[in-house]
Amino acid sequence: MAFFEAENISISFGGIRALNRVSFDVHEGEIFSIIGPNGAGKTTVFNCINRFYDLDQGSFCLENHDLSRIKPHAVADMGIARTFQNIELFKNMTVLDNLILGRHCRRRTNFLKETFFVRAVRDQEIESREKTEEIIDFLDLEAYREQLVLNLPYGVQKTVELGRALAMDPRLLLLDEPSSGLNVEETDDLSFWMSDIKEELGITILLVEHNVGFVQQISDRVLALNFGEVITHGSPKEVLSHPEVMKAYLGEEDDAS
Amino acid sequence: MDVVNEVLQTVLSGISIGCVYGLVALGFVLIYKATEVINFAQGELLMLGAFISYSLIHMLNFSYLAALVVTIIVMGLLGMLLERSVLRLLVGEPVYAIVIVTIGMSFFFRSVVSMIPGWGTDTHGFQTPFTDKIARKGDLVISWEHLSIILITIALILILFSFFRYTRIGTAMRATSQNQLAAVYMGISVTKVFSLTWTIAAALGGIGGILLSPITFVHMNMGFIGLKAFPAAVLGGFGSLPGAIVGGVIIGITESLAGFYLPRGWKDVAAWIILIGVLIIRPQGLFGIQEKKKV
Amino acid sequence: MRFLMKTDYYQDIQLFKYRSTFFWYLSLVMACLILPLLLDEYLLAQLTFICIYAVAAVGLMLLTGYTGQVSMGHAAFFAIGSYTSAILTSKGIPFVLALPTAGIMAGGVGIVIGRPILHLTGLYLAIATMGFAFIVDEILVRWESLTRGNLGFYVDPPSIGPLTFDTEISFYYLSLVILILTLFAARNILRSPTGRAMIAIRDSEVAAEAMGINLAKFKTIAFIISAFFTGIAGSLYAHKLFFINPESYTIILSIELLAMVIIGGLGSLHGAVFGAAFFILLPQVIIMTKDSLPKYIQEQTGLEPALFGLLIVLVMLFEPMGIYGRWLKTKYYFEMFPLYKKDSFKREKKYQKTERR
Repeated sequence: MAFFEAENISISFGGIRALNRVSFDVHEGEIFSIIGPNGAGKTTVFNCINRFYDLDQGSFCLENHDLSRIKPHAVADMGIARTFQNIELFKNMTVLDNLILGRHCRRRTNFLKETFFVRAVRDQEIESREKTEEIIDFLDLEAYREQLVLNLPYGVQKTVELGRALAMDPRLLLLDEPSSGLNVEETDDLSFWMSDIKEELGITILLVEHNVGFVQQISDRVLALNFGEVITHGSPKEVLSHPEVMKAYLGEEDDAS
Repeated sequence: MDVVNEVLQTVLSGISIGCVYGLVALGFVLIYKATEVINFAQGELLMLGAFISYSLIHMLNFSYLAALVVTIIVMGLLGMLLERSVLRLLVGEPVYAIVIVTIGMSFFFRSVVSMIPGWGTDTHGFQTPFTDKIARKGDLVISWEHLSIILITIALILILFSFFRYTRIGTAMRATSQNQLAAVYMGISVTKVFSLTWTIAAALGGIGGILLSPITFVHMNMGFIGLKAFPAAVLGGFGSLPGAIVGGVIIGITESLAGFYLPRGWKDVAAWIILIGVLIIRPQGLFGIQEKKKV
Repeated sequence: MRFLMKTDYYQDIQLFKYRSTFFWYLSLVMACLILPLLLDEYLLAQLTFICIYAVAAVGLMLLTGYTGQVSMGHAAFFAIGSYTSAILTSKGIPFVLALPTAGIMAGGVGIVIGRPILHLTGLYLAIATMGFAFIVDEILVRWESLTRGNLGFYVDPPSIGPLTFDTEISFYYLSLVILILTLFAARNILRSPTGRAMIAIRDSEVAAEAMGINLAKFKTIAFIISAFFTGIAGSLYAHKLFFINPESYTIILSIELLAMVIIGGLGSLHGAVFGAAFFILLPQVIIMTKDSLPKYIQEQTGLEPALFGLLIVLVMLFEPMGIYGRWLKTKYYFEMFPLYKKDSFKREKKYQKTERR
């Protein structure tokens, strides 16, 4: 059984089939990319995994646990973390608070204990703080610790979102277009971080991307979608030289004339 | 036959009050759609319209029709003045700041009215061409006051509908309510649209006031009826103009029936119970659109 | 400019950021304790009311300012707290039990009110809470066997053990202590995972859910906590006035509480206290300056609310961030002096619907 498996996922919005019997599997510890033109349904896959939508058909499993019907907030407990295409940070909080919030799913106290701020709460807070410091170290965010997120530059915000996802101690990381809006240097940093995440932290990464060069550089395996259906999957080289994939991205020769 | 008549009469008076609620709600939703301001002072605009028409009819001996026209003009100007002097300064500020400003305005109007000689804290009434006139259809007895409200509201709705549908300014207003920035790029003077919105909304409030006066009489706390306009607007689905009227009518009918058939105290509460019930089942109101944030 | 050199993670979460902050607050508390010796009874009573309304405002602030759930029906919780405490003490139950029970009762009703309307947002939620407040108000009037309806209810002065708080001074101290405890509890909640979850819900529900925050659970908790504190304030209110009837708990009170919270400064506990102070002190200021106005205007009963409304409008026009906002800006100016940059707090104005969300 693969680490993460999606089987025949289908969902429609109104009359439009956003996803049509999409199946793929992800091995543990690998970086798996989903590519496809705009509107192919890539982010929809993520939103389904996060249980923001209910599937019409199909299921997905993490290590044999069927996750197709759990509540949206239970997804985090299962070890799945996510970043968003348009940054969904908590803008009025500091970077530190955003990261500490990532630790929420590992919380062991209840709100009565917290009202009185008993020893257990204090220890948990300090432990969260230590863990987030490790992430700040990892992503070089020291300079931005106490700053409000809404004042930060776009690239840094994206990094904070990645950090927040990492703070959740995930086993599977969903990254939605992590390199969009980043310049060359920031994209390089990102690819280094992603290999570090894979090798040092052992986290499996599921990636939605447009930047084909980035995908080629970093992925172990790739899935190509178009109009909600799977075109092909395999190694980056295979997929990116597949004629259907090229047609989806670049169009046929006839269109050019 | 009597029971049916009774029910019909109750429903009809409910519809007429509901029309007034609907008019206030309409002004309210209009402002919200165009400018995203939640106008807590809409009820007070109704009250001001009532007082102005009272003064015109009672103290200056205007005819009902003349008073109606003058009230509309005066209230419209007041709306424009409010927008120019107060609301324009708050463009772009967070929603809650603007809400507090309108709340403050409502306090202010209510109290100022109590200080004006001849108005004060008393309750006043005035004669309309419809006072004490009734219409009969078989056994059914309807007062012309109620009927006039319904007819005038229908006329207003038709006028507004054509205005928004067929005139350039109306279309410009609809465009602005969808996307202010795009409207600016298209050359629409958004500030003029705002002024016009407030003018129309204030005028609607004023008409509501003059229509309501024969039924509830003119007093400074009339604005609380404006509070009923909120559930009307919400019931219809916020941001939906026809929804505001429909919501108002539903609430009017509910109140009327509850007041007649249920024990004391249910009348005030019935409307709210219906509203909460609807919202639990349909969080966006009857005609509203559910906007879930897309990620 | 001050820099805090931190050597310990605990410094991040402690209550007071700088040593000096602690001493400032300590001296403030000392000053509050000595005030009764300097002020006459009337002003002392006003201060007591500030404490009471501040507790209620803290409750509303936690719900609206921190969790982003607007409530226009908090007068209902206030009323439930008042009546619960009044009824229980009239049946002989000691105040020391009646007070928390008032809070718990209000919290219980908070669950009943909060749970079904959790999925509503913004204005819909506000109107639904307004509806609940009207319903509770009507219940209080009609359930005459319990509340004596419009006739009103006489309330005994509170007593804890041998102490009876029936003087102005003693009640003032009681309210002050409860306010301090409330602020302490609120602060604890806000620096803990629950508080962060609440703020997360305000800032981005979608992301909060993705982080594992159970929206329904935390919104309900926020409602319960908020109702609890407001109920406690209601209980104090009842015991202060000795006589309560449903007329004190109308929609106007709900709107006033909301205005308190916004004018004080949305999103801060200081704002709750500042807002309460503003609302109680402003009428006093108006009364004091009334004498300088021409006689005709002076005699009008409508003058005070008119000026009140006008002042609310002016405050919001000049400082949308509220009193605490202005306080922070002033503090920042002095901290940065002489390097203060003129438009440090200029916010980008948001014109589009999508941006405001």
